[in-house]
Amino acid sequence: MATAATEIKVTPEIAAEHGLTAEEYARVQKILGRDPNITELGIFSVMWSEHCSYKSSKVHLKRLPTRGKLVVQGPGENAGVVDIGDGLVAAFKIESHNHPSYVEPFQGATTGVGGILRDIFTMGARPIAVLDSLRFGEITAGKNTSEEESAKNRRILDGVIRGIANYGNCFGVPTVGGEVCFEPCYSQNPLVNALALGIAKKEEIFLAKAKGTGNPVIYVGAKTGRDGIHGASLLASAEFTEESKQKRPNVQVGDPFVEKLLLEACLEAMQTGAVVAIQDMGAAGLTCSTTEMASRGGTGIEIDLAKVPQRETGMTPYEIMLSESQERMLLVAENGREHEVLAVFKKWGLDAMAVGQVTDGGLMRVKDHGKTVAEIPAHPLAEEGPVYNRPLAALASRVESEKDWFSFAPEGANLTQNFVKLLSSPAIASKRWITEQYDTSVRTNTLAGPGASDAAVVRIKDPKTGVVKRALALATDGNGRWCQLNPRVGAMHAVAETARNVAASGARPIAATNCLNFGSPEKPEVMWQFSQVIDGVGEACTALGTPITGGNVSFYNETLGKSIYPTPVIGVLGILDDASRVLKIAFREEGDIILLLDGVASTVGARYIVPSSGNSAREFSSSEYSKTVGGIVAGEPPAIDLSAEKRLIDCLVALAAEGSLQSAHDISDGGLAVTLAESCFAANGLGAKAKLEENGPAESALLGERGARAVVSVTPAHLARVLNTARQCNVAAQEIGKVIGGDAFRIQCKGSAVIDSSIPALRDSWAHSLERTLKVQ
Amino acid sequence: MKFGVVVFPGSNCDHDAFYALGNVLQKPVEFIWHQSEDLANSDAIILPGGFSYGDYLRTGAIARFSPVMKSVEKFANSGGLVLGVCNGFQILCEAGLLPGAMMRNSGLRFICRHVHIRVEQTDTPFSNAAAKGQILKIPIAHSDGNYNCDEATLAELEKNRQVIFRYTTPDGSVGRFATAQEADDAGNPNGAVHNIAGICNRGRNVAGLMPHPERAVEAALGSTDGLTIFRSMVEALVGAAKATA
Repeated sequence: MATAATEIKVTPEIAAEHGLTAEEYARVQKILGRDPNITELGIFSVMWSEHCSYKSSKVHLKRLPTRGKLVVQGPGENAGVVDIGDGLVAAFKIESHNHPSYVEPFQGATTGVGGILRDIFTMGARPIAVLDSLRFGEITAGKNTSEEESAKNRRILDGVIRGIANYGNCFGVPTVGGEVCFEPCYSQNPLVNALALGIAKKEEIFLAKAKGTGNPVIYVGAKTGRDGIHGASLLASAEFTEESKQKRPNVQVGDPFVEKLLLEACLEAMQTGAVVAIQDMGAAGLTCSTTEMASRGGTGIEIDLAKVPQRETGMTPYEIMLSESQERMLLVAENGREHEVLAVFKKWGLDAMAVGQVTDGGLMRVKDHGKTVAEIPAHPLAEEGPVYNRPLAALASRVESEKDWFSFAPEGANLTQNFVKLLSSPAIASKRWITEQYDTSVRTNTLAGPGASDAAVVRIKDPKTGVVKRALALATDGNGRWCQLNPRVGAMHAVAETARNVAASGARPIAATNCLNFGSPEKPEVMWQFSQVIDGVGEACTALGTPITGGNVSFYNETLGKSIYPTPVIGVLGILDDASRVLKIAFREEGDIILLLDGVASTVGARYIVPSSGNSAREFSSSEYSKTVGGIVAGEPPAIDLSAEKRLIDCLVALAAEGSLQSAHDISDGGLAVTLAESCFAANGLGAKAKLEENGPAESALLGERGARAVVSVTPAHLARVLNTARQCNVAAQEIGKVIGGDAFRIQCKGSAVIDSSIPALRDSWAHSLERTLKVQ
Repeated sequence: MKFGVVVFPGSNCDHDAFYALGNVLQKPVEFIWHQSEDLANSDAIILPGGFSYGDYLRTGAIARFSPVMKSVEKFANSGGLVLGVCNGFQILCEAGLLPGAMMRNSGLRFICRHVHIRVEQTDTPFSNAAAKGQILKIPIAHSDGNYNCDEATLAELEKNRQVIFRYTTPDGSVGRFATAQEADDAGNPNGAVHNIAGICNRGRNVAGLMPHPERAVEAALGSTDGLTIFRSMVEALVGAAKATA
């Protein structure tokens, strides 16, 4: 099909092969008033693919909150844009590249990063940071994973990491954070979600709206080849089968050097003032960029394919229109000033060619050597595609009882061995082996790189003077396991934890982006999960004041009929008004007091009632510890209290602003004990002693993952001030221990030592486990 | 006094070098485009890090043929100060302005982290502000930083005291180790022969180093040790100006 010649007569069967249903094909015929030719069919099929048209998700996405006083540009453009003060804006967005990364891990990941970077600089913003949220199948053999399968997952991980590193490092953007998670369900369908952040002056933001009849349409960047044809429609919009490896030719190939040239040339061309509109050629390449620019601008576009720079000979119009060759852009220049734009691209050694012009009448007309090969009304093609309100069906509710849940160890049991096991599990272990392969410090803005703080923090240098005032914090998070157990609550946790991470770096969360990874929308259970997740994300974003400014939906994440966990990945952006106030996780000094901050505090008179920080057996069964140590994944995610989350966030931001903390680290995967240990690992030569006096099982108190909590350390001199601020924020602050000199790491529960070890011993398990596992290919 | 920072199309540390010199040290600095043979009357040239022309062939292999390198070569041969950082070091080796060559890191992966280097020689324009044996903490970010050369060249380098910086442990020890992992644990991240992190030419006016001093110029970035190298250059230029005054 990829080599379809223009002469092929389109039949309903060919339309079906292109993934169009009978109804969709009828709609094509109605819009055109005739049968499409093969090129037109190809164009419709990609534009109306799930990946490009959001036909199954549109009706639900409308429920997300997208407005806010700092939002300059919400969903619908290449990236979301928010006001960050001083005349500057931040453009940011997260996108998936899941299927390509399974079929060809290196190139799949590479082009995922390339695509999201282009989305950012298309807006006129210079990319300053990338985060990657990755999910793989289990990398160690075990109950659900064979030796062969785990080896394959390790190879996929290795390819993906190398791909991300290769692209970002060469392009010159620091890869500063993200997460890496492991669950058996991602074994044949890894998730590669890349987030990019860029900075621009507010008045210099560029949009993708073709305006001005007669204005030239200019193609810039790499030449068009036969790679990636139908990447969006066949690869991203269908589930995997045994034959999926045959889709390797549908994966695009990336060239970070050309992308770097494209970045510099585009930003320089925009400075000439002669650029009217610009859009990158990502999914569905030339088709999508021409159609969307015309549709958004309320105009038409006419191009001649003979003028498109081509890498191969004999390409058909079908192939040229559907190619997803990377590192290409389409821009509209002001008529008569195109030479200014062309000169910039010549300087950077890139192809730039006027391939057509903006027209009135709203038609997208494609010619080949002067002969019309496709003629479609742009607006209906872009905006009047099919929209489905697909059937929803709640998953049958699980009937569980106590025997399905984690059974807590008897009181007084020593948990040290289990804790070591948890620390060395891939989910909790240090990701240094991975993140060291990324250039994390290029552009000299990185104030907190991977693992240093709960969020990645990059400072903003004034584009003219280089003076630094503010910094931006970014985090990504998502817990597929929790969303599988309860999609709505799991989704709320994803938003809450991401925002909490940002606040724990000292920054005020202001906006969010989301990447929604799901199975087939044609399954009512999957659509139900999707709908529930949208509700959860919407509710949490509203409660926490972080509107969704953009993102992407990735359906069909399933192989041989088995879906992944519903996995919303949330990215939250925050502002630190004073770049010198970044909070990091590392304990700082011997003698500092360790406080547990808890947003779920209730005030009774002047006294605070601190609730149990633990979880019930039902909730605990969804924890990382339950999975790793007990081999149990069941129950429910911890109950969530969004107002408590908001109180904790406000409290952390206030404490950072007053500069009264030594360190801050939120409680999430692995609970309080892992949080304490990580704060020691990040420090040099410090340990910790903590005492908990709670009722309930020690495992629940130490390793439970209930939200709205963080561990902070404070000098004795600042203690009163911190307690006072916490009180004003209506957050409980409980003194649980001290930072100590030397090696010891000791946690007591109701008088008995439950974890008693030394930092060097614990650190060894935590720091090298991933490396040891991954070196076995 | 003026610094010139060369911009190859794939340079990506050019702005960082410019910022370190111009904003942090407040010295005059200018970008020099790779197609220009005019060095803009610079008193010192920085070849910054990055991927000059994509480096798909071999790091720096194409860059050495660029128009700007013709002028840099002349400038260096007439005694001008030239510092190559990372990709800049690779280019200087390819151009023959420094001996030796870079191989892939011994672990065959890109590595980005803070490393420690020991100042071996202080009688160079790149290290005169440091104390002999001083340990500097500076980040590396490369996949081809495994410096190597033949035995005779190595002997020459050591004899002429051209090894300015060596990878070391934080406490300053430099050892030899059997495996890449052991060497890495002992402070040598990429397998470079004799733990070489930076060298100069016989004339001591051209130097290259793999670590990025421009990324270690403010406490907020985790270290200010990179300033020692730039300050050395400033002092050398001030000294030279006085001598000719």
